[in-house]
Parts: sequence; structure tokens; C-alpha cells
Amino acid sequence: MSTKRICVDPVTRIEGHLRIDCDIRDGKVVDAWSSGQMWRGIETILIGRDPRDAWLYTQRICGVCTTVHAICSVRAVENALGLEIPLNAQLIRNLIMAAHGIHDHIVHFYQLSALDWVDVVSALEADPQATATLAQGLSNWPNNSAAHFAEVQERIKKFVAGGQLGIFAHGYWGHPAMKLPPAANLMAVAHYLEALEYQRRANRIVAILGGKTPHIQNLAVGGVANAINPDEQSALNMERLAYVRTLMDELGGFVREVYLPDVTAIAGLYADWLPYGEGVTDYLSAPDFPRDAKGTDFGMPGGYIPNGDINQFHPLTHFGDPYFERNVKESIKHSWYQGDWTRSPYAEDTVPHYTDFNEEGAYSWVKSPSFADRPAQVGPLANVLAMVAAGHEGTKRYLDQALTRIAAITGSAVPMTALHSSLGRHAARCVRTQVLYDMLLENYDALIANIASGDYTSFNPPVFPKGEQMGFGFHEAPRGILSHWIVIGDGKIKNYQAVVPSTWNAGPRNQDDARGPYEAALIGNPVLDEERPLEVLRTVHSFDPCLACAIHLHDNQRQRVIRVSSV
Amino acid sequence: MNTEPLAFEHAIGPFLADQLEIRGISRRNFVKFALGITAAMGLPFGMTRQVMAALDRPAARPSVIWLHFQECTGCTESLLRATHPTVETLILDLISLDYSETLLAAAGHQAEAALHDALAQHPGQFILVVEGSVPTADHGNFCKIAGQTPQDMLHAIAPQAVAAVAIGSCASWGGVQSAAPNPTGAVGLAEALGLEGILKSDGSALPVINLPGCPASPYNLLATLLYYLTLHRLPELDTKGRPKFAYGRLIHDNCERRPHFDAGRFAEQFGDAGHRQGWCLYKLGCKGPETYANCPAIQFGDVGANTWPVGIGHPCFGCAEQGVGFHKALHEQAKVLSVTPTSLFPGVFTEHPGGVTVASAAVAGAIGGGALVYALGASQKLKQTEAASTSTTDEEA
Repeated sequence: MSTKRICVDPVTRIEGHLRIDCDIRDGKVVDAWSSGQMWRGIETILIGRDPRDAWLYTQRICGVCTTVHAICSVRAVENALGLEIPLNAQLIRNLIMAAHGIHDHIVHFYQLSALDWVDVVSALEADPQATATLAQGLSNWPNNSAAHFAEVQERIKKFVAGGQLGIFAHGYWGHPAMKLPPAANLMAVAHYLEALEYQRRANRIVAILGGKTPHIQNLAVGGVANAINPDEQSALNMERLAYVRTLMDELGGFVREVYLPDVTAIAGLYADWLPYGEGVTDYLSAPDFPRDAKGTDFGMPGGYIPNGDINQFHPLTHFGDPYFERNVKESIKHSWYQGDWTRSPYAEDTVPHYTDFNEEGAYSWVKSPSFADRPAQVGPLANVLAMVAAGHEGTKRYLDQALTRIAAITGSAVPMTALHSSLGRHAARCVRTQVLYDMLLENYDALIANIASGDYTSFNPPVFPKGEQMGFGFHEAPRGILSHWIVIGDGKIKNYQAVVPSTWNAGPRNQDDARGPYEAALIGNPVLDEERPLEVLRTVHSFDPCLACAIHLHDNQRQRVIRVSSV
Repeated sequence: MNTEPLAFEHAIGPFLADQLEIRGISRRNFVKFALGITAAMGLPFGMTRQVMAALDRPAARPSVIWLHFQECTGCTESLLRATHPTVETLILDLISLDYSETLLAAAGHQAEAALHDALAQHPGQFILVVEGSVPTADHGNFCKIAGQTPQDMLHAIAPQAVAAVAIGSCASWGGVQSAAPNPTGAVGLAEALGLEGILKSDGSALPVINLPGCPASPYNLLATLLYYLTLHRLPELDTKGRPKFAYGRLIHDNCERRPHFDAGRFAEQFGDAGHRQGWCLYKLGCKGPETYANCPAIQFGDVGANTWPVGIGHPCFGCAEQGVGFHKALHEQAKVLSVTPTSLFPGVFTEHPGGVTVASAAVAGAIGGGALVYALGASQKLKQTEAASTSTTDEEA
């Protein structure tokens, strides 16, 4: 039996530098290795600095998941100090999280992963009228007209005829795994372009509140730096808040009438893909969107689900929940760091030791996290499953809508277990976006009500006592649960570790040599053309990799060609 | 600095077929070449005729190769937020983005092929954009793309570029990962080219335009590209290689809160009365007085009303300025590089006929000079007072 090793390097349409190696036998992946290819040492840089500054550095871990490392960092310091923040600050942070999350999920689906499923060249042959008929059958979006689709098609035709394909060069056009009819392809291409416009609106909300984006600059340990004053021009006043509300209204249409119909249509048309990409089925997510100053009541629940069984759900109930704190560990057995240990993030050190790609030994800059000593999958799927387990009404409603829409295309009921798949991760991300939009509405109303009550406070000053304090913060970021862990000594950072969603998912084998979620999800994945492993991209992209946060398929001989070996 | 039209403007958009003929390649071979390119781009063979037509006329859009090194993709993300022009107008109508790890449809070998084609088709003609720093420690092993370090990639690609743009603080001067102790030895693009001795293939230095900021404002990149595409030369640069249209002034000198600084009205803590009235953030550690950037002028997100960090109430932390952002503490007081006393100067020009007299100009000069001396002294004193108070309290901000 011959096994071929392929190496995709670089994995594109992700954040950062990821290498993925796969062994392929009889057209299926039989083994896989995920390798993060960049290290910057930000955790090392933080040591000795002022804990109030940490969020400015950690936010630069990632410009795609911008905001998340900033918010998680201030939460960690506040947890270490036992510091509550004003309700206004909590709500302003929540609005930023919701708007950024919606932007991020939209960009992930259209710009970063749609081209795994959508054939741009086929869209050139579509009949705009047939495209309009298809799209109007899916939703009432005003731009689903034959005239609009014809205009988009003309733009793309002109672009292709120009002979400079730019980012579309060498795409997987005409690949045997591309199965959408031309009309569906044209619809998706049109929405690829429209998505760019709507993600900008989400970002304007982040800019108004955060001062800029990417990389917001309105946070502070103890709250936010936004000055709230309806009677002042240089503060968060009614004009600014009205602008946020207007942008929210514009964004809602795209989230409800385009994103959800598109994802469910593509999932339905690719129903033969529903069995692929399951992988690790222990799921972990954080509760988020706190409704109170302490962080004990959350708009979106989260917790741990072992063995893909929502009946075994264990919720995380508050900031600082010790169940989370004691169960998270990281291993460096297969990572490029000095030593071989499995430790709590509080006790970790980060000493780089690069040895090149060695699949038996170390092969990644990404560490391998575990929860209750086992790998866990994180991300929107984990979050949606937890919310269903917790009985969250909005989530159940949107999930039901999504599964019903998919079933309408496939012609048979789609069970919840179908979510344990690559397409399931896309569907869950879309469901989560619907819930995020509800969060935007809820937190906006809550902020207005609180300001109307006369409460303008936005900041509680931190006090750093002598001696040592430890704490952690968690946050359900777009790619999954994020936690930052800090040890403070006499007002300075003594140790700092970030355990990041893409670390959970992109991590190499752990202390017991168990595969990480990307690696496990690739097993059994079909590969029709080893030269063009589109299907590997489908599964890896379904996790929304973010390698600055934590990867790329690549070959360890540094050759351009596929290395073929017999096993 | 460099305002002369560059020789390379002629290099963009030659007739490829003419070039091939000059090099002794026949029409028949050109057709074969076009067939090959059509296949390489993954297009059906029926489109060869269109591809040939495209190859046989000046390239409508200049080629851009965008490399990612030690970075967070924040600068690319920043571009997604631009409105004038939008990213879709940029990549569909203005430039040909021939390689970008973030946006490229292709991955792995196909991505490498896209890069290879862009180099083969546009030698000496593409603009290189670099996002992220170059790790100089441990031979660059801290960052690898397709098995290559940033240094390997720069050796292969940079000599072929017409000019380079270092986007963001990382590519300009090292950025966040160059903060002490700079574990990976991160440096900016210009420094890396110098360390590696990389020149253009004709032996001249590769022009590098630095666009610092964390991330860089998308408009500083877009305006640089449009400057070049429209005016056919590179923008005027300062001594640090930054376009003057974007980095010609201190943030402090364009800040809408500057009158509060001059009048001595300072916020002392987030949410205090001064903060809620939009007072100056200098005492909270604002680095506007030592950071050159156009943030207050163009702001962020195209939403108006002072949407930039200082505008919403947070001090500038100097993300664009080498030696300030990620080097000085957030609440550490800035060095004030420009002190411009304002209302103490009498006007030099008079509205009355007859103009200014020599005597009144001299008086104005003397008063102005005195005020400058006074203001400098006041600034020193202010700093000393602050140094004394910040060293004793942790509660500040």
C-alpha cells in the first residue's frame, strides 16, 4: 500500500504562517501534522512591564482577531486584582466584541473560505436571471436582482479578460470537488463583493467606540477610556450613539438575509461533505457578554462538553471560575521550546528552541493545550453546542432555522450530529453570528438605558498592592475560547501566558501524543487530486485558522514538489 | 527627498510581445507562452485568445507582491476597512495583487506558483509590499513560509522590485516584537535589506517607503500607491523614509485637544471632569508630542467626529514612532518636541494701511522669544513635578 506525503505550505486565506503535512492513502488522509511557523515572543516581552500596558502589546498578537487579546488581557489583570468595572464599561466592551465578531465571521466565510467551495470561473457562465431566481428563493435581499448579478458578472468578466487574475490566479477553478451550479457560484461571487461593504459597517461601530480598528484603543484596566457625556462634543454623546445604532440597522439585513441563506444553501448543495471533518469532539467555550459588573450573568453561555454529548455539559458560570482554571494545561512535548513539560499556564516558561520539522519530536511553534488532560476543539461550533446545552433560546431558534434550510435543499432531515463536521463549523459560525447580532441589540439598549439613568462612570482606578497576585481572564473570541494568565509581583508582570483559540485547534500532538483538532479532523478527509489538495483546505479553513495567534501544510524537505514515499 | 520621476515608470506597461520579439522570441512561441500562462492561471483553454490580447498590451494594472513576515495581518485588515478607494476597487481596478497570503485563492504549491509567475512576468516592474518584521536572531528561523525564512525570500524577490513599501510599524522599524528584550531580533525591512546587503538587480538601492502605525492607516498606503500611479513618482519622504503627506507633523500639532494643552487644562484620570470635557491627555501619558503621524487629520473608519484614539479619550501611545510605541510605558510622560506659545504673540501683519513698522516687528520678536523661553522652562518644570508625583503613586490612571 503506498502512502503519499503532501505538504501545503503556505496555507493561505488565514492569518499567519501555517504548514500542514498529510499522509494520503487511497484518496483519503490517514495522518496529519499541523505546524505553526512563526514565533514573536510577545509573552517574553511582557515580563517586567506595567500590567496596565499589557493589553496594548497582547492585542498585537493578532490583527484579524484584533480586540480579543486586548479585552482578555484587561480581564486577566482585573481578575488578579479582584477589580470590578463599571457597567457602562462592560457594555461598551460587549458592543465592540459583538460588532467585531460579526465582521470577523462574515470575512471568514466570504473572503477566507468561500473560494474552497465556490468556482469563480464557473460564475462567468451563469445566467443572471437564473441566479436571481435562485437567490430570491432563498431571501428577500434587495440586491438579489438579475440586473445586479449581470453587473457583477460583467465586472468579473472584464477583470478576467484583462489577463491579470491577481488573487484569483492558480485558484482551484474546475477542480473535480467543485460542485456548485453556475448560478450558485455567481450568487456567491456577488455576495463575496457585498460582504466587503457590510463588514466595513461592522467595523465602523468598532471604530466609533474603540477609537480605531484594527487595534482598538479605548481600554483600560478598570474599564474603558471612553468619556461618556451627552452634554459634550468631545465625548461619547447621542450623536455618536445614534451613528452606532444606524450602522447596526444596516448590518442586520446582511447578517439575516444574505449570510445565513448563503451558508445553508452551500451546505445543502455540498451535502455529501457533511460526514467529513469531525475530529476532536470534546468541546470548550467561554460564557461571554456579561450583563453585570462582576461577570456572573452572561448573554451567551459557554462551558465544557466531553465526547460531543450535550447531556454531559458542564457550564462555566463566572469570571474566575476555578473549574476552568484548574483544568487548563499546556504541553510542549512536540513544540519548539526548551524542555518537555505539561503545566498550568501560570507556571509556564517560554524559551524557544527551534529544531526544524521533526514529526516524531518537535514540529511546531504552537504549544498543545489540554482540558482535563485531553485535547479540546474550540470555536463557534463549541460555543453553539454549549448554548444549545444551556437552553439558550436564540441559539436554538437560529440553529433550527439553519438545519431546516439545509434540509429543504437536501430533501431529508439534518440531525444535530451533522454539525460535527467541516460544514458544521461553517453553519455554527453563521448561527453564532445571528446570536451576536442579538447581543449588539441587547447591549446597545442596555447602554442607552444605563446612561439615561444618569450613570456616566466608565472607569474604576486599579490599585496594585505589594506582593504577588495571580489571575486569568477568558473571552469567547470569534475563533473560540481565549484565556490570558498573569502573575503580578509588586506591580510588575512576573509571568504572562495567552492560551489562544488557534492554539487549542492548531496545536500539535499533546503530552500523550493525541492529535490536535486540525490533525484529527483531517483524518478520513477525501483528496481527489494530490497536486491540488483543495479538500484539505476546506477542513483546515473551517476552523478559521489564525496562526499569529497560534499555522501552514508544508514539506519537510523544503521542496516545491510533493514528496512521495512508500510506507 | 526624491521628487524626480524614476526611471522605472517606463518599465511598467511595456508591450510584452515586443519585448519577446526584441529577445528573439517568435510569434509562434508567444502563442505557446500564452497557452502555458492560460493553463497556469487555471483558466479554460478557450480563454487563451483573451489572455493573449491581455499580454499583448501594456499591463493595465501594476503588479503588487505583498509579503507577510512577523506580523499580525492588522495592516491587511486595515485595508479591508478603507472606503476611498475600497479594497475591491484597489484589487479589481487599480493594482494586480499577484501574491498575498491573506487573500490568495491558491494555497501551497499553487500559491508558490502564483508568486513565481508574478516574478517571471513582471521582472523589475512590481511593487513589493512587506507587512511584518524580519527576525535576525537564530538565522531567521522564527518565521518560515514554504520552508523559507524572510531573508531567503527577500534575497529572491526584492532585487526584482521597482520599489518597496514597508507597511506598518513592524516592517518600518520592528514593531511590537522589537520591544525589549527583542527575543527574535526583529528589525524593519530597510534595516534587513542593509544587513543582508540586498540591492536591486541593477546594483542600485531599492527605494523603501516606510508607513509606520499599528496598524498603518489604510489611506497612507492607498495614497502612496495612488500618488505613484497618478503622478508617476514616489512621494516626498522625510529622513526616516516616511511620506511627508502623512508623517510631516507631530500628532500634537494637529490635535483638536491642543488648545487645552496650551491653556493647561488636563484630564488627570479616565472619567474625571476634565476627561469628560475633552481636555488634554498629556498627563495620562499621551505620546502625541513626540509621534509623527496624521491620525488627528484623517482619523479612522470614515465616521467623523474625532474618531481616533485621543478623540475618544485615550492617550496616543506612539505606535507609529520608533523608540516610543512599545518602548515607553503607556502612562509615562512624553517628551514635548514642539512648544509653540500661541496667544502671547502680537500679530506681525496689521490690517491698517502702511504695514508693520520695523519697531513693532522687533517688539513682537522680543515678546515671542521671551514667551518661547518661558514655555520651555514651564515644560521642564511640569515634567519634573510629574516625575516626582508618578514615582510615588500607583493609582494614577
